[in-house]
Amino acid sequence: MEIAFVIEKFILITVIFSVSLGVAAYSTLAERKIAGYLQDRVGPSRAGWGGMFQPLADGLKMFFKEEIIPAESSKTLFILGPSLALLTACIGSAVIPWGQEILIADRLVSLQVTDVNVGILYIFGVVSLGVYGIMIGGWASNNKFSLMGAVRAASQSISYEIPMGLSIIALLLSTNTLSMKEIAEQQHGANWNILYQPLGFLIFLVCSFAETNRTPFDLPECETELVGGYHTEYSGFKMGAFMFAEYLNMFLASAVMSTLYFGGYNYPGMDWVNDMTGPTIGPLIGMGVLFLKIFVFIFFFMWVRWTVPRFRYDQLMNLGWKILIPLAIANIVITGIVITIVDKL
Amino acid sequence: MEPLSNRKKVLEQKPMNFWERLYLPAIFQGMGITFMHMFKKKETIFYPEVEREFSENWRGLHSLKRDENGAERCTACGLCALSCPAEAITMIAGERQKGEEHLYREEKYAAVYEINMLRCIFCGLCEEACPKEAIYLDGPIVPADYLRKDFIYGKDKLVEDPIGS
Repeated sequence: MEIAFVIEKFILITVIFSVSLGVAAYSTLAERKIAGYLQDRVGPSRAGWGGMFQPLADGLKMFFKEEIIPAESSKTLFILGPSLALLTACIGSAVIPWGQEILIADRLVSLQVTDVNVGILYIFGVVSLGVYGIMIGGWASNNKFSLMGAVRAASQSISYEIPMGLSIIALLLSTNTLSMKEIAEQQHGANWNILYQPLGFLIFLVCSFAETNRTPFDLPECETELVGGYHTEYSGFKMGAFMFAEYLNMFLASAVMSTLYFGGYNYPGMDWVNDMTGPTIGPLIGMGVLFLKIFVFIFFFMWVRWTVPRFRYDQLMNLGWKILIPLAIANIVITGIVITIVDKL
Repeated sequence: MEPLSNRKKVLEQKPMNFWERLYLPAIFQGMGITFMHMFKKKETIFYPEVEREFSENWRGLHSLKRDENGAERCTACGLCALSCPAEAITMIAGERQKGEEHLYREEKYAAVYEINMLRCIFCGLCEEACPKEAIYLDGPIVPADYLRKDFIYGKDKLVEDPIGS
């Protein structure tokens, strides 16, 4: 392995890691700002210009709070819970293609940490691991509310992984590949997968809301019934880790949705722009476009959170098992029939 | 049973039609409403810099008044302390000496006059009880502070500024 390759990957990982942490930090501010604006308020506005330093202030507050480990809890698992949640939230972004290959100092550098040929399965696995952090944390707290939240999180994410997987199967039928890079390349220009899989996208969107535990599916942490759900007993930085993991998951889900259905770094007229700007600036513009799509999705997550009330538990299960799974199966069947007819023509 | 008012309204629970059962149209409608609220005028008042306009009968911080010559009106009769339901007011009376006529209007005055702002409920009964029109609750909001002792306001904070200062 040549040394330049290692340096290149190291820099890429560092940048992606810090960018996703930064996005997650500022998502907390954006959440509060958007909540404010949707409710005719202005949100946090004191720390820095328009509240720009609010995430820093919140982070400092989290660090300096007293960390309480309940006496009856199992301490190892209690610490392992938030660590695992944060870890799984961080490693998901490894297979996202952030842009086309970029030319830096006569070297073509891939803007993807690793092109696993089963990239979608990798993301799927990482997302399903995410629930372990919540489950372990909730179990280790030795608290009824935490346990209830953890059980809800487990059953919710199992229920919604099925329609999510089925909606991806329909996508795979039309793309014929599991590699994130190839899927992104196939959507060159404006040839986005959303045009072929609108229903699949809708199912995937609803399921990603459930997988990231966002309202209207935030039953694991619903304050009105379970105090704080799985993080009732958590305080200080461990609480912050759980919260941060949620925002990181939201960022990852937005990136995955943008890449799978909304063309990733592709945008109409990208060939013309690439010719104009050259092989170094062009991919960077594509990267900016991808981030724009991600931010739109993050805004959408927050917009839904402050509009739609939380589901009741039986409604959640009804939606998952009785509506989304049949819809996803129907979507697979329709996709298969259409592909067969198109191939025969 | 006879309805007690004419506002009774019988709501019919019709079964939802297909469009309503889809659930998504209702969500999009709601999201449209919340999105429109982003562009509405914000109700926030940036308090320390901007103050909301108070009503005319707003009761805020007390002030001990002076008469037209600049002498303190209070005669330390104690009626305000007596009327105070929260027992927030304490005072010690003093006798006016020769040469202090420009300071105190009557022969007796309040040497110490303290209101505990943590006890005060801003009911305005002291204002009503005062026979000398010496105390009014016409000030601003009592500011926040760190220590309990700093909420006991003495004459230095309560007596209004002399005329012309």
